[in-house]
Amino acid sequence: MKTNSWFSQRLGQSPDGKASRWLSPWFIGIALCCLLLAAPVILVFASLVLPQTAIWQHLYDTVLSDYIFNSLALAFGVGLCVILIGTPLAWCMARYEFVGRKPLQVLILLPMAMPAYIIAYTYTGLLDFAGPIQSFLRQQFAWQYQDYYFPGIRSLPGAILMLSLVLYPYVYMLARTAFSEMPSSLEEVSKSLGASSQRFLFKVVLPLARPAILMGTALAMMEAFADYGTVQYFGISTFTTGIFRTWFGLGNGIAAAQLAAMLTSFVVLLLFLEHFSRRKVRYYFQGQKSAPMTRVKLTGWQAWSMASLCFLPVLLGFIIPALQLVSWAVDSFHRQFNGAFFTLIWNSFALAAVASISAVTLALLFSYAKRLNQFKMIHGLVNMVSLGYAIPGTVVAIGALITLSWLDFRVNEFTEYWFASSVGLIFSGTLFALILVYCTRFLAVALHNIDTGMARIKPSMDEAALSLGHSPMSILKNVHIPLLKTSVLSALLLVFVDVLKELPATLVLRPFNFNTLAVRTFELASDERLIDAALPALAIVLVGIIPVILLTKMTESKPVELAKMEK
Amino acid sequence: MLMLNDLSVTYQNKVAVQGVSLALAKGQIGCLLGPSGCGKTSVLRAIAGFEQAAAGSIFLRDHKVADENINLSTTERKVAVVFQDYALFPHFTVAQNIAFGLHQSSKAQQHRRVSELLELVGLPGLQNAYPHGLSGGQQQRIALARAIASKPDLLLLDEPFSSLDRELREELAKELRVILKHENTTALMVTHDQHEAFAMADVIGVMQHGQLLQWATAYTLYHQPAARFVADFIGDGVFMAATVNEDGLLASQLGTFAMDKGHQFAPDQPLTFLVRPDDIVHDDDSHTRAQVIDWAFRGSHILYDLMLQNAQQDRVLCLALSHHHHQVGELIGIRLDLQHLIVFAAD
Repeated sequence: MKTNSWFSQRLGQSPDGKASRWLSPWFIGIALCCLLLAAPVILVFASLVLPQTAIWQHLYDTVLSDYIFNSLALAFGVGLCVILIGTPLAWCMARYEFVGRKPLQVLILLPMAMPAYIIAYTYTGLLDFAGPIQSFLRQQFAWQYQDYYFPGIRSLPGAILMLSLVLYPYVYMLARTAFSEMPSSLEEVSKSLGASSQRFLFKVVLPLARPAILMGTALAMMEAFADYGTVQYFGISTFTTGIFRTWFGLGNGIAAAQLAAMLTSFVVLLLFLEHFSRRKVRYYFQGQKSAPMTRVKLTGWQAWSMASLCFLPVLLGFIIPALQLVSWAVDSFHRQFNGAFFTLIWNSFALAAVASISAVTLALLFSYAKRLNQFKMIHGLVNMVSLGYAIPGTVVAIGALITLSWLDFRVNEFTEYWFASSVGLIFSGTLFALILVYCTRFLAVALHNIDTGMARIKPSMDEAALSLGHSPMSILKNVHIPLLKTSVLSALLLVFVDVLKELPATLVLRPFNFNTLAVRTFELASDERLIDAALPALAIVLVGIIPVILLTKMTESKPVELAKMEK
Repeated sequence: MLMLNDLSVTYQNKVAVQGVSLALAKGQIGCLLGPSGCGKTSVLRAIAGFEQAAAGSIFLRDHKVADENINLSTTERKVAVVFQDYALFPHFTVAQNIAFGLHQSSKAQQHRRVSELLELVGLPGLQNAYPHGLSGGQQQRIALARAIASKPDLLLLDEPFSSLDRELREELAKELRVILKHENTTALMVTHDQHEAFAMADVIGVMQHGQLLQWATAYTLYHQPAARFVADFIGDGVFMAATVNEDGLLASQLGTFAMDKGHQFAPDQPLTFLVRPDDIVHDDDSHTRAQVIDWAFRGSHILYDLMLQNAQQDRVLCLALSHHHHQVGELIGIRLDLQHLIVFAAD
């Protein structure tokens, strides 16, 4: 990005000065922020220098192979399923015009509002032995226990299915963009060169969409690696549950951090895949000017069967679980809807609000730092911390807990020495820890939105306003703030909802007696009080719908620019 | 090779092409010329099979491929198309792009043909480059090479030079003509730029409002335009008022002229006739004087905008050698040297 020389001059920087760049207030400020945000992850990797031989021998003998196998099987299973659901779905929606396509465009994204652990609870309730489906079958056919085979939902395949049902929109969105941005001339030229529709599909369409599909798959697989709620509830030993068990069961923080480092290494591989794909997407679709392909109109039974087929993922991924939640919530309303529930709502919303304001403030700072400085190090640092979205919440939480308790310990030592009193756990025992972790995790979401808004403010606009006699403050007020407003609002909203849904980090770092909707849902479900868990779960889902609608609004106003997906 | 009979194309009840008829012989290069929205691209798309003909028929190689009922698919028609945006496959190398239509040949044959074509379009050795690394002109040539790889007997080109720099256009158009003549390919190009059309085509059709106004050589279009729009669209020139006098001669401010015997104009009907800049000769000895209103330097020539010294203050254009340089306001001598008399009824 081009430096606004006038702005830098005002800030007393010489844009070309080499040594002064390292000492510029921008660089020092950004570096400190980045260090704070990255400290938990750095510490997780630093833990590798303290070998915990005894406990690793134990892990190796017992559960380590389970962790590795289950985590990998879960991630790859989810990866495969989301490709199989998302890609054909995207092709149908991009390629055909049929009854109900417009409303389906919105509906298809709704499963994103459903956190994986919540869909897992509802299907468990639906499909368990005492659930309505099995009861119905027993009643209908006069079966007894063990008379029949019924696939257990609390299993690895079950977890893969649950996660895939809510994660397929990643692949769907990216693939659909790729399909619908494909210029119609490519199809016409293929036909004129004598290629059949199959040849066109397999030689042109799918290879061209492959980077986008892989990018979506990588994002879904990251979520699968990071999942804690579902696998914990289904009793599957993965890295995330293993980290919890090693820390709280075996009481070894260092070993837990080492497990976290292992998990992160897998995720980093996915990050490479994602970034590589993102680069490809960008050059595949540059400079295509011709009109996109027109949709083929289907009529009659073809249209209806296409519509039902496309409706299936929504039905399974959102409508059935949502209806189940509503029915449970109605049953448990009198028990759950009380003062405690309002405290829960207040805690969750206040926490999410503070976290989203912090993350967006940081994002604004980072985005301006990038805009006003050509210094490569600043861009590098900002890009590095915005990778936090890929790091599982459990990992960041463990890292933050270790870092901040160490800091608390030092602070208390200091105050006890000089003031003969301790200040308590001011970092690790308060909401500060949670806010820090949320910022690390969700900075990318905020930064992506702010950067998009910032890109709309061309440097030439600053120069034009300046030449028309406006002061920098007036430019900020009259040009930047109005243009950034919507980006800031959508960034706030997206981070707010992400924080509200976040489970594992909140579980680890929440202060004593501080409960949120997500944590309460998890606790109630873990106690097998699924019906009572429905009300807080439903609250999370309802709030989660807002950004989905926002997303469809954005995609409708402009045919999703791929640039928008750049975090 | 290609014949259109009364072809019409409609989009959602909007007529885009109306009653277009034309024919191209084997190896001939045709061009449809017209302003944007005149329907020229729709004609091309109907020939390629991307649009259905609403009325009329299309014949390729003496076979009917389309009328109101028949609509052979693009694949069956075997016509090659070069698109305005080139439509190169971004995930394929240059060689893979060119070989895309050669999937029925062996690998070795494909390889040979690709090298041959790259040689022909003047980009040898570019096999393994990717399209995004090429310049606009290079991409255009690769798109051409891909289109003619399987030796199609008909090639359609949709504004093939529009994304290129002006200087590059005419040069590439001439090169393209050489290549097409070398391969003996019949081609139909669509453009809005008459210089491209002149550089490329054997025969040019001027279109307006979905209708083909004239289908002729460049020379005929310029000197014997069949419609007022054609005269306006091709080249510079002005229309001067005139009438047919009692002697059957065309009378105007610039003199009287003999008319064709077969003309249909009534006496005293208001008429206009076309005066091209090269019809007005600058002659210092001439008694007819005109005032210089404006001039534009064109290198070897100067294009003068002149006002006649008559009551109507008629304007004419004059192309004079650039040695004769006169300033605005000066009176200069002119003489009319009309080779072709083009008369239309005045509107």
